[in-house]
Amino acid sequence: MQYAVQLRGVTKTFGSVVANNNVDLYIKEGEILSLLGENGSGKTTLMNMLSGIYFPDKGQIFVHGEPVSIASPKAAFDLGIGMVHQHFKLVDVLTAAENIVLGLKDKDGYKAIGQKIREICDKYGFVVNPDQKIYNMSVSQKQTVEIVKQLYRGAEILILDEPTAVLTPQETQKLFSVMRNMRQDGKSIIIITHKLHEVLEISDRVAVLRKGEYIGDVPTSEATAQSLTEMMVGRAVKLNIDRPEPVNPQKRLEVRNLTVLNSDGLRALDEVSFDAYGGEILGIAGISGCGQKELLEAIAGLQTPAMGSSISYYPPDSDKASNLVGKSPLEISRAGVALSFVPEDRLGMGLVGSMGMTGNMMLKSYRSGKAVFTDRKSPKELAQRIVSQLEVVTPGISAPVKQLSGGNVQKVLVGREIAADPKVLMTAYAVRGLDINTSYTIYHLLNEQKKNGVAVIYVGEDLDVLLALCDRILVLCAGRVNGIVDGRSTTREEVGLLMTNLKEVSPNA
Amino acid sequence: MHKHTMREPFLRISKRGSIALPHAWGIRVSSVILAMILGALFVVAVTGLNPLDVYASMYRGAFGTERNAWVTIREAMMLLCIGIGLAPAFKMKFWNIGAEGQVLVGAVCAAGLMIKIGAGLPNGLLLLLMAAAGMLGGAIWGIIPALFKAKWNSNETLFTLMMNYVAIQITSYCVALWENPRGSNKVGVINQMNKAGWFPKLFGQDYLLNVILVLLLAVFMFVYLKYSKQGFEIAVVGESTNTARYASIRISRVYMRTMALSGAICGLAGFIAVAGADYTISTSTADGRGFTAIIVAWLAKFNTFVMILISFLIVFLQRGASEIASDFNLNEEASNVITGIILFCIIGSEFFINYKTRLNRRKEDAK
Repeated sequence: MQYAVQLRGVTKTFGSVVANNNVDLYIKEGEILSLLGENGSGKTTLMNMLSGIYFPDKGQIFVHGEPVSIASPKAAFDLGIGMVHQHFKLVDVLTAAENIVLGLKDKDGYKAIGQKIREICDKYGFVVNPDQKIYNMSVSQKQTVEIVKQLYRGAEILILDEPTAVLTPQETQKLFSVMRNMRQDGKSIIIITHKLHEVLEISDRVAVLRKGEYIGDVPTSEATAQSLTEMMVGRAVKLNIDRPEPVNPQKRLEVRNLTVLNSDGLRALDEVSFDAYGGEILGIAGISGCGQKELLEAIAGLQTPAMGSSISYYPPDSDKASNLVGKSPLEISRAGVALSFVPEDRLGMGLVGSMGMTGNMMLKSYRSGKAVFTDRKSPKELAQRIVSQLEVVTPGISAPVKQLSGGNVQKVLVGREIAADPKVLMTAYAVRGLDINTSYTIYHLLNEQKKNGVAVIYVGEDLDVLLALCDRILVLCAGRVNGIVDGRSTTREEVGLLMTNLKEVSPNA
Repeated sequence: MHKHTMREPFLRISKRGSIALPHAWGIRVSSVILAMILGALFVVAVTGLNPLDVYASMYRGAFGTERNAWVTIREAMMLLCIGIGLAPAFKMKFWNIGAEGQVLVGAVCAAGLMIKIGAGLPNGLLLLLMAAAGMLGGAIWGIIPALFKAKWNSNETLFTLMMNYVAIQITSYCVALWENPRGSNKVGVINQMNKAGWFPKLFGQDYLLNVILVLLLAVFMFVYLKYSKQGFEIAVVGESTNTARYASIRISRVYMRTMALSGAICGLAGFIAVAGADYTISTSTADGRGFTAIIVAWLAKFNTFVMILISFLIVFLQRGASEIASDFNLNEEASNVITGIILFCIIGSEFFINYKTRLNRRKEDAK
């Protein structure tokens, strides 16, 4: 049988880093292949070589049995290879149809184009309005446009890079049914994802990369989450997340009627009220952009809440609450509020990319002492401690942190925030983009903090993790609290529904 | 049988992880050699002169006599001083295009005191007053755009640029006010008789004090940016204002403080130009150096010691170019082409230091 695509001995290096070493990989026609591997294992590099963004140093690519050379994304298109990137490549102010035909030389009118788009949609079960502008679309709609764009251009081989990271469970199911329809039609699909249950659900075969090397492949029917993890990591890994019972939970944070306006004057957060307790992990679920960022930033003193909002902090050793509204982060910490915050944008907000670990430790401590000069000694010691405790892989503590891999960047950030000995620890998408191993390190660190009596607030996107890790889950929908559910008794479906269907009257009104 | 042509990209570019220091300097030195060769080709092609003569004349122009050498040093120090002033602003990613104006305002303030007080005070005291006035003037010129940026997020590039024109107008007004002799529309050499407000000679050298002052400033700025708390804040704000907010750095205060410092040092450069080099004031006291210094600051990546080298290089090229022009009766444009070639090659060499390139190798056996 002929393969749709075959890679033979493909090698790609960046400087001294070997991203892919002698990789052999094939995909059959009418097959869904999962490409699995930890961060930095070279999945995306490999796929970028298929889609013409990188050119291999060594090795050969065959498409339908023919040796080919893919020197540009256009060459990839011509061969029928289309890739949907993690970050969509769409022009916001154009319509779906305009984006789909952008750069094509066809002389079709938009009526004919719309017709062709509708045919593709009917065939595979997509829902796209060709005349809708991209900026009016949800993330899932944009992704649909990306996929339709590839099909419109005649893609026979479709590469999806982490397509489900931004989708709700319901949207993921829709995507999977479309993928099955495409397989039916003889298309080959390569899907990159970190979520093992999705791998098991959707794919026919799983190929595993580890540290740039091709480890092997298995038919999905013979694989389990456990066996795949072992292939990926190279050793046995415990896959359940611990959830110790909260011990003596005490109120640390009381948020009442918190409203935050965005730059357009609209309510990014709308009368949000909840409590967070020491010794528990409070999960925050919601489709991205539903006020998660504003919520954490408002508590951290980085956003100004509207009138009538109240955020109170109850210190462990006294019952005098301190009000956080209107205070800057510095004033909050000077008021004795032990608050740590791991923001979503690690290098853009939590860290300074061009500085080494020492400089980044100094972000929190550089003011200490009266001297004009900074004290580099204790931040340096802290950096060394974090490197050894969290097994940070870095050329040295003075290497710019932006050169580290995503997982190590996050270890530096979380390590620093935990070292501040917080009473409230807020994390936003703490494991986004991290591999299984590092993710479990982070869950473990959060559980440690919980056992130490810290009130942990965990904003997450992976429902399975939220359901396994958190004691309570607050669901945000369009800036409102759409429900607070018990993490042990709730279901994926219940949380998924709360994420998408705003109740008429918010429960805290 | 091969349906698709087997084409490979012609040039492959990849980022270097790191580069050994000797290798980097090897690339830089070869870029200078390449520039000399290209420049020589240009000279032969356009003028038919012997390129070696041209280069020798260039060197003569910059260092040929003791006097020439000292002028080169003086000019390099001026450029360096302004570059040092710009370093903190650009490190903060505050696009201060207004050094020209800050230098002029500093120069006007210093010259005003020099004319009005003259020999009325001991020379040392007068110089101190002039320096303080120059720095104050420059600081005010720097802090105004920073204030507007902090309060209303105005665009500092346009703002600082516009401030230059205001400074030029103020300078021409003052020149008209102080003109000497009357009707010349020039200030002329100030205090030529008593030399009040002139830099004293040190060890018989007119310009040694300039060198000492600016080198001290270079050391100060290096330490300030690298080791002080304020320098740390500048680095954080320059990298990401969001991170600065997260770290509770008051960005508007850092903007204003840093621009006051940046403007003050540029104003000090204006003072040095008046008291230590020109002994007069005109709208061309800054002479475009406020813009040239931007290149100095960026090329050195704000390392003030590297700036010393680059200032000398640029001044050497400028003075060499004008020497060629007069020696061989070329127009200034032709010699500027040569300096352009040299600068292009040196700046371009940074690309080869950051990236590895490889021409397409011969196709290997596909099997």
